[in-house]
Amino acid sequence: MSAVVATHWTVHSRRFETSAATREPAWVRGMLIALALAFFALFLLLPLVTVFAEALRKGWGVYFAALAEPDTRSAIFLTLLVTAIAVPLNLVFGVAAAWAIAKFDFRGKQLLTTLIDLPFSVSPVVAGLCFVLLFGAQGWFGPWLADHGVRIIFTVPALVLATIFVTFPFVARELIPLMEAQGQEEEEAAIVLGASGWKTFWYVTLPNIKWGLIYGVILCNARAMGEFGAVSVVSGHIRGRTNTLPLHVEILYNEYNFAAAFAAASLLALLALLTLVLKSLVEWQGRQQMNAGQQL
Amino acid sequence: MGVWTARRVLPGFPLALGYTLIYLSLIVLIPISAVFLKAATQGWESFWAAISTPRVVASYQLTYGVSLLAAAINVVFGLILAWVLVRYHFPGRRIVDALVDLPFALPTAVAGIALTAIYAGNGWLGQWLQPLGIKVAFTPLGILVALIFIGLPFVVRTVQPVLEDLETELEETAASLGADRWQTFYRVVLPPVLPALLTGFALAFARAVGEYGSVIFIAGNVPMVSEITPLLIITKLEQFDYPGATAIAAVMLVTSFILLFLINGLQAWANRSHPGGTA
Amino acid sequence: MSIHVQNIAKRFGHFVALDNVTLDFPTGELVGLLGPSGCGKTTLLRIIAGLESADSGQVFLEGEDASAAHVRERQVGFVFQHYALFRHMTVFDNVAFGLRVKPRGQRPAADKIRQRVSELLDLVQLNALANRYPTQLSGGQRQRIALARALAVEPRVLLLDEPFGALDAKVRKELRRWLRTLHDALHITSIFVTHDQEEALEVSDRVAVMNQGRVEQIGTPAQVYEHPATPFVYSFLGAVNLFHGRVQGPHLQVGADQVRLDHHGFETGAETLGFVRPHELDIVTDLSERSGIEARVERVLALGATARVELTSVGHDQTGRFFEVELSHERMAALRLDTGQRVRLQPARIRLFAPEAPPVELTA
Repeated sequence: MSAVVATHWTVHSRRFETSAATREPAWVRGMLIALALAFFALFLLLPLVTVFAEALRKGWGVYFAALAEPDTRSAIFLTLLVTAIAVPLNLVFGVAAAWAIAKFDFRGKQLLTTLIDLPFSVSPVVAGLCFVLLFGAQGWFGPWLADHGVRIIFTVPALVLATIFVTFPFVARELIPLMEAQGQEEEEAAIVLGASGWKTFWYVTLPNIKWGLIYGVILCNARAMGEFGAVSVVSGHIRGRTNTLPLHVEILYNEYNFAAAFAAASLLALLALLTLVLKSLVEWQGRQQMNAGQQL
Repeated sequence: MGVWTARRVLPGFPLALGYTLIYLSLIVLIPISAVFLKAATQGWESFWAAISTPRVVASYQLTYGVSLLAAAINVVFGLILAWVLVRYHFPGRRIVDALVDLPFALPTAVAGIALTAIYAGNGWLGQWLQPLGIKVAFTPLGILVALIFIGLPFVVRTVQPVLEDLETELEETAASLGADRWQTFYRVVLPPVLPALLTGFALAFARAVGEYGSVIFIAGNVPMVSEITPLLIITKLEQFDYPGATAIAAVMLVTSFILLFLINGLQAWANRSHPGGTA
Repeated sequence: MSIHVQNIAKRFGHFVALDNVTLDFPTGELVGLLGPSGCGKTTLLRIIAGLESADSGQVFLEGEDASAAHVRERQVGFVFQHYALFRHMTVFDNVAFGLRVKPRGQRPAADKIRQRVSELLDLVQLNALANRYPTQLSGGQRQRIALARALAVEPRVLLLDEPFGALDAKVRKELRRWLRTLHDALHITSIFVTHDQEEALEVSDRVAVMNQGRVEQIGTPAQVYEHPATPFVYSFLGAVNLFHGRVQGPHLQVGADQVRLDHHGFETGAETLGFVRPHELDIVTDLSERSGIEARVERVLALGATARVELTSVGHDQTGRFFEVELSHERMAALRLDTGQRVRLQPARIRLFAPEAPPVELTA
């Protein structure tokens, strides 16, 4: 659901502060800022700081030792692997869905758009359960797959499936409103000038949606690397085999190995910070492009 | 009707739509219908028994109740935060603005253990709250804290663009007609923001109801007291009680659908009363 | 190349955009498709281009049925209302696009492309801006780039959708003249869509006036302006005074008043609508005149090349009807009108229309 509300290339202006009619008395302003900052510090900043403080509580030596542990290393590798499969698949889907929905009219378009959002409002646990019901030992395809020597639940393919499910809408949700807003005149112009469908997409559509696409991929990637509930259900928590980094954090934490748990968590927190930085940069770029587009 | 037969200028429609439908079916629709089919095959009585035991009902009350409360708190503070970010300049504003999205980016398990570390009896805040008789970690209060964390950006990010697009002229008109600042806020500013605020509330609520990762560490998970519904599904699965897990999941899915269509309606309303604002 | 559309029909849901339209666009002419918004003119243009397909009917390009041809194969140049410049490409790249996307065999060499683009930019007088991006251009400049881009692929026909619609009044006038000059130099068959009658009359070789999915009239600007075929064309092409009346032998009876008509095809007693342009009305101050419609002077505006008088009717069955008269300043000075004064209006020319019937023209 995050993507539903994320595509606002926000612009800040001081226009509200210049008019007496849109300004509050100084004490009201001060109080509101203080209240907002206190809430922000308590609920957002403090948890972030805690992760790093706890990770380094026993010093850098312990920190790096925890990260160098083979199980942690294999968890990092697995997380990267799962993400590297899930994100490109959802990227291709997102572009295809946005092309169909934003550039064409057809019956059931509204319903389709709503259904694409569905994974955002389904609990990750329920998402995981879906795949257990399909591929588990007692599931629909489970026995048939077992007969053919294929196991999906408690293996990497299940982790990939669950991750694709929970990150399904990110790219599509970014691209649909963007491509709708851009209309199809530029594509039509390219076709009239003799460009083939593929060249039109490659030289005209893709450059126009570039920033929205990257934005969607960044969000999709962050969620894919951090997903916990859905993969937890299908993983089986086999150390070194089906343990992604977030699951590894849980195992270490439940073993009261707090320093190692927070060390692993700090990697994910760094990733989150990196995501926010990239996201801000892309928002800035996208805003440039959007402003340019609005002038046209 | 014509669109199915008319020759199109832009290419790729059959391919794009076909791929979309197949991928959507394989990844989302078929797996979700598996839950309903499985739930339907077990018979009404066992289904009803699975979803209505006191422990399950207690988990609904906890999950939906605390989620509502967290979303309501987020509406108040999310509005204040969005207001401050849009209207005022202060040092660090850009950093605060960027970090509001932290709950979208931070893995829920990380948030879960961090919040637990803060609010446990020996934690950063817990050690000060404990002597006052306030226990946060391992109680429903801890769940509330976690759900506030994960829901906050939904409200801020839906309200913020609407606040940004408000015309200063409207407030200036209200002031010139003699309204005081509070009357202006209440009668002129709030009504156009309301649809976005409700959308943010519904989004935060929907996310909170399904939330698992950030809650289980801090909840304590005591049956009848601090056990959320998603955890119950996992517990049933671990006991190989697939019908039980499926039945509860079906209940959660129904609420998901209701919320999804509610949010869609709210967003349509928001777009109507505030055209262009969310494009 | 000539264009001929035959019995074109198009609906969007229940809305009839084009209702059995047949039109001819001869080689080398610049034709204006004129009509109010929603009359179907843009849809017709897009169907000719192949961007939209008709529900029925055919498009002939140079006598050949092109209805089934893809827009790529029709070799048309299309200039979009909002130009549709590729916003991430420079002016040069925009103009070069059509040449660069040609299949490998037909694609000119890079230096040939550079030369051709440079020629086109010279033609539209924008060579200095070749490395700018569309956002850095003014509206008029974008329009000219869009035209250069369309011309780059040497189209057989040029189609322009509201080419001046998004520009301010002064730039519009300049570009209009420029487009006319350009067309005279290139002589490429061109169709442009507009809702501005002044624009259509000034630029086109011929004007097709459209209304509600039908062609009301096609002809030279002088023909459609001087001899409108329908009441719609009459009122769409300029200000008009309307008289509801009944034919009484050689007179048109309007309320208690009458004006003289010459020979006409209406029977005595027929209900008709009389149309008179403001400059075709004269004012007489002598109320004892038998002929003329009595009116009251409300306002006199003696600005610009001509003077305008606004009047309201005073006849008992038409009180409050508004009239507008355009006079020379000399005539105005001779009349010495006062606000509130009663006068008679005498039309030099009335066009009579029966409801839903072709016009009968006569001079008084």
